[in-house]
Amino acid sequence: MRTPASRIAPHVRDIPRSGIRDFFDIVSTMKDVISLGIGEPDFDTPWHIRESAVHALERGSTGYTSNMGLIALRQAIARYVEGAFGARYNAETEVLITVGVSEALDIALRAVIEPGDEILYHEPCYVSYAPVVIFAHGKPVAVETRMEDGFRLTRAQLEKKVTPRTKALMLNFPNNPTGATLEPDDLRDIAAFAVEHDLLVLTDEIYAELSYDRPHASIAALPGMRERTIFLHGFSKGWAMTGFRLGYACGPADLIEAMMKIHQYTMLCASVISQEAAVEALENPGTDVEEMRDEYRRRRNFLHRSFQEMGLPCRQPRGAFYAFPSIAHLGLTSKEFALRLLDQERVAVVPGSAFGACGEGFVRCAYATGMEELQEAMRRLARFIRALQSATPSRAVC
Amino acid sequence: MDELLKLLKRNALETPENLAKMLDMSADEVRRRIAEYEKAGIIRGYQAVVNEDQLTINKVTAVIEVKVTPEREGGFNYVADRISKFPEVQSVYLMSGAFDLLLFVTGKDLKEVAFFVSEKLATIRGVISTSTHFMLKTYKAYGVLMEPPEGAERLKVSP
Repeated sequence: MRTPASRIAPHVRDIPRSGIRDFFDIVSTMKDVISLGIGEPDFDTPWHIRESAVHALERGSTGYTSNMGLIALRQAIARYVEGAFGARYNAETEVLITVGVSEALDIALRAVIEPGDEILYHEPCYVSYAPVVIFAHGKPVAVETRMEDGFRLTRAQLEKKVTPRTKALMLNFPNNPTGATLEPDDLRDIAAFAVEHDLLVLTDEIYAELSYDRPHASIAALPGMRERTIFLHGFSKGWAMTGFRLGYACGPADLIEAMMKIHQYTMLCASVISQEAAVEALENPGTDVEEMRDEYRRRRNFLHRSFQEMGLPCRQPRGAFYAFPSIAHLGLTSKEFALRLLDQERVAVVPGSAFGACGEGFVRCAYATGMEELQEAMRRLARFIRALQSATPSRAVC
Repeated sequence: MDELLKLLKRNALETPENLAKMLDMSADEVRRRIAEYEKAGIIRGYQAVVNEDQLTINKVTAVIEVKVTPEREGGFNYVADRISKFPEVQSVYLMSGAFDLLLFVTGKDLKEVAFFVSEKLATIRGVISTSTHFMLKTYKAYGVLMEPPEGAERLKVSP
């Protein structure tokens, strides 16, 4: 029998557990916690979408679909992506339905990485990016984004990390956990960078609908980008459909075909019930997305102003549903801050360090929580910070 | 609709300070705009949404369809105005379709409502006929569920 140490492949064994999971284990043992740690909408999936899933079951639509996904859904997606973001894809050959963006990202990386290829990604970022690159035998290379740049990704930062082995660049804007979006100039700079270094771009735009100050713009729509970009999107955030596990990838036919090969042999197809529901979401949009976005915007405003009043430096989040205030001046690490806040005030936030080394000194506060709870959470947080600041310096750093 | 009105329609007790933070304006600006809406008659009042089924009170609500002969001048307004004056009448709407006015009328019991219909309502000049339905249970009113369903449990922390 192999030893426990040797029976797990080293590249899997050496990846630490997600910092979020550690935190989840602590929070789940506590009562009366207001959680700002939840990265999923608090809204129910709009009823007409749920109803169409029920109808699919009643109708007996319970079999496999084509590996690529229902053609009706792929056509609806192609129309939506062109209308909303200006990127045109052929529904037959350039759209692949996946089990969430998570799967789409995984198979996109597996389709393009040769062992040792370097993949650029920006930190702080969603917890899975570096691990999925490693699972695909690539080498993740973190590029810092900084508060003073509004957590935007700049070409200067990218240039520092690119090498001849760099194969692709992963993007995620609007960003989890910072709420940052990119300006049109940033997009152009990054596109020029990708062309110059002949990089593929894997862009996770799952929060595209949740952009508060201007309509979302995709790098996939920029001239010269379509042929080197895999556009990843899904229904979890904008339509509050996390549990449906439905995402998609759009890209040039050769890349989508390669991804489809992996998808076909590992996943077969995404749940047909979820696919039917997604058709309804796109075909009869109503004001679902708009109403949720308006509510998130009000909460964002509320949180941002509350942080200002408490003296927590925080960039106004432009998208997604996260605020990422700095707590560095309070003399605690982000993990200590989160643990003490949880212990003393029963408010859960996620330490910024869970999202990469440069997330240290920040905490992520999700505002996918009702306004009343947010108000109470801000009262508690303000009290916690007052107590921290009135404590003697020696106590504050212990 | 103005976002401030939307928020007040959802919760009229929200403080101007909180409303100001959500709408990214000052609390004084919120107070000023609410006062303007009140002055213009756009905000006509503030009421609690009460689940009366939970109270042990003697009260019935009837929904009454009324057919009316329109007046030469003023159309349905003459009859609607007269009906609206009765304190037992909670709401009056002009409708398209098989009847003209829809009323929500409350009384302490069936008899009281029946008396109102036969003695007060049916005798108004212009009222041709009435059809009375009694309400048995309220599931949802003013966009508020009377018995909120048990929600599925959410994770406390997720990526």
